[in-house]
Amino acid sequence: MSGIAASTLPWYVSRATGVVALLLLTAVMLIGILINRQGRLPGLPRFAVTNLHRNLSLMAVVFIVIHVVTAVLDGYVSIPLISGVIPFTSHYEGFWLGLGAVSFDLMLALIVTSLVRGRMSQRLWKAVHWLAYASWPVAFAHSIGSSSDLQGGLLLGLAVLCAAALAAALVWRLVRMAREVPRAQRVGAVMNTLAHRRPGPDTTGRHLVEADRR
Amino acid sequence: MSAQKQLKVNPIACVGHGACAELLPEMISLDEWGYPLLDPRPVPAALERQARRAVGGCPVLALRLARLTQPQPAA
Amino acid sequence: MSARPGPASWAPGSGPRPGGLPRLLPPGPGQPESLGAHFGRLGHLPYRNAPRQLIPELEAAGLTGRGGAGFPVHRKLAAVASAGGRPVVVGNGAESEPASSKDVALLWLAPHLVLDGLQLTAEAVGARQACLYVHEADHGPLGDRLRQALSERWAAQVDRVPVQLASAPARFLAGQETAMVSLLNGGEAIPSYAPPRVFERGVGGAPTLVQNVETLAHIALIARFGPGWFRQLGTAAEPGSMLCTLHHADGSTQVTEAALGTPLSALLAPDLAPGQNLPPSPAFPAGPANPRRPTSRAQAVLIGGYHGAWLPADRAAHLTLDNAALRAGGGFLGAGVIAALPAGRCGLAETARVVRYLALESAGQCGPCLNGLPRIAGGLAELAGPRPGPQVRADVERWAGLVSGRGACAHPDGSVRFVRSALTVFAAELRQHANGRCPATTTKPFLPLPDPATGHHSNGSRR
Repeated sequence: MSGIAASTLPWYVSRATGVVALLLLTAVMLIGILINRQGRLPGLPRFAVTNLHRNLSLMAVVFIVIHVVTAVLDGYVSIPLISGVIPFTSHYEGFWLGLGAVSFDLMLALIVTSLVRGRMSQRLWKAVHWLAYASWPVAFAHSIGSSSDLQGGLLLGLAVLCAAALAAALVWRLVRMAREVPRAQRVGAVMNTLAHRRPGPDTTGRHLVEADRR
Repeated sequence: MSAQKQLKVNPIACVGHGACAELLPEMISLDEWGYPLLDPRPVPAALERQARRAVGGCPVLALRLARLTQPQPAA
Repeated sequence: MSARPGPASWAPGSGPRPGGLPRLLPPGPGQPESLGAHFGRLGHLPYRNAPRQLIPELEAAGLTGRGGAGFPVHRKLAAVASAGGRPVVVGNGAESEPASSKDVALLWLAPHLVLDGLQLTAEAVGARQACLYVHEADHGPLGDRLRQALSERWAAQVDRVPVQLASAPARFLAGQETAMVSLLNGGEAIPSYAPPRVFERGVGGAPTLVQNVETLAHIALIARFGPGWFRQLGTAAEPGSMLCTLHHADGSTQVTEAALGTPLSALLAPDLAPGQNLPPSPAFPAGPANPRRPTSRAQAVLIGGYHGAWLPADRAAHLTLDNAALRAGGGFLGAGVIAALPAGRCGLAETARVVRYLALESAGQCGPCLNGLPRIAGGLAELAGPRPGPQVRADVERWAGLVSGRGACAHPDGSVRFVRSALTVFAAELRQHANGRCPATTTKPFLPLPDPATGHHSNGSRR
């Protein structure tokens, strides 16, 4: 079943907030993938990057809550409120909405664990955070499949752009990881770099060469 | 009266991101390679809130606010 | 007949008491001692048959760790015994300091003494598992010898706790406490950041007691002959004896046991001419550059290994083998490595060679160490050559300050101690190098370093 003819306000709000949520989540993922180690966004102080990542994800949650509530409130099709978090409990488009619930559940896990990060095992936190790589594709599938909005025109282009940006960021990150000097060879790499930089004493010590960064 | 707190960093986890030095420049500066130089004195009460923000702002949670202890003998 | 003696068969005074020295190493032409010969010489293993009993005796004896840190042994045992859970005991025989060979010598010549100590320590802390961590135990004659000794003991039902032999890789940091625990837990032999300390959570998450193998040997003797006997040698503050690896100025290496408080001039007898009544002078070592000083064969002495400190020869000649005297003189006892640098060598060049090795041995985990040690090594190499740049000395001092205390382990700290002592003791050489001259007569390397290809030391001696 695709396409809804009824033009009620809650339904529009639900669709709009859905699109915005997808954009926000894409931005959150991009920051998480690109800004690693000593990277930073140009013009922003370093601490702002982590804050942005955190705040954008919290904003996304707010938008998703509105997205679910308005879809439920719009009485044209029957969607129980609980299907926002329990997957595959809606009669309308059970499968695609279910994917949305799955993605939202994963997101909640990520966010809750991050809020109590100081009190939990770092390994566990990291493992849960990796679920982000599952959450976004599932959200993307939900976006495409549950409404004809993103299946054509500008919005489809937007969705494809988000996917392409993430794919490019992933590739960039993987290439950088492959080029990274393994720990056991790091100090040797630093010594080689220093040897090639001579002659002449290092007077300021401010030459920061890529190999010196970890 | 709360215990005195001291800034400590896990040098293995720290990758020199530098957010801590921006959030608490009164007590944290960066060395010439980008790694944090921490003021070893106890954190004054006026800066404690900022110090907690700095701890939370580290993307790898390398910075800690620990209870003030005597230096341990190295193993 | 049971080979496990109960309390009645052990009493102070039974069995031969080693009178003076040597205590640890068996007398004789350096043959490894068999189990029977070992028990014949020293008496059977005196189990206490109850945990913790040994700890007050070790406190009375005042035994401190012989692995370099010198921590009071009874406190370590008490901490592990109180930590709860099932502790694990590890004997650290990795001896990753290239200039040290006393642990290897002890394990080769008196393995049963070390293994006795391991059993007694396990009993004292309630451990059911023990491990002996030895350099490259998987292959080589020492590993075979130890395996043979362990199976001999197990067959004779001497050991109560099974002992696993673990192989330490040939890296400088392999003997570091947290690195060793990391390896035993299946990871790499690189340090981890405490908390938690290993006595709280170590091998397999259990409270872990780590003791150097020489310390275990002393424990085995104190258990037999008592704290009073142990205190017959040494000083009141630092009792007992210790093994030292001596590198004489003529290039010979010797492992010897000495009482704490022995004058260094006695230990390094041919190198530090005895009976010199000269006032200590900090900056001018003896040698061809300073002909007014009477020549002794050594110009400077390195004490404490490659994380130790250089001392001028005439100051060393007035010092004794104990931390109290050495610290006051600017030195550090460490694990008993003492090297007498002969006149005619360049102390800066030797230091630069060693610091390059130390830099390459960094685990590369901590930013300051990873960035600082290679730069310090490069700076020292320049200072060891002719006409170094004018800023190099100041740069090295700055980097030393940035590196010390900012790593997860003591590797940068110890390396900086070594470097700073060289810059002080060889200050005259620094000035001469700045003018393009060097008082050394040979560039042959003196201090031993492992050859990366073969594992042999670069001065020709075999590890």
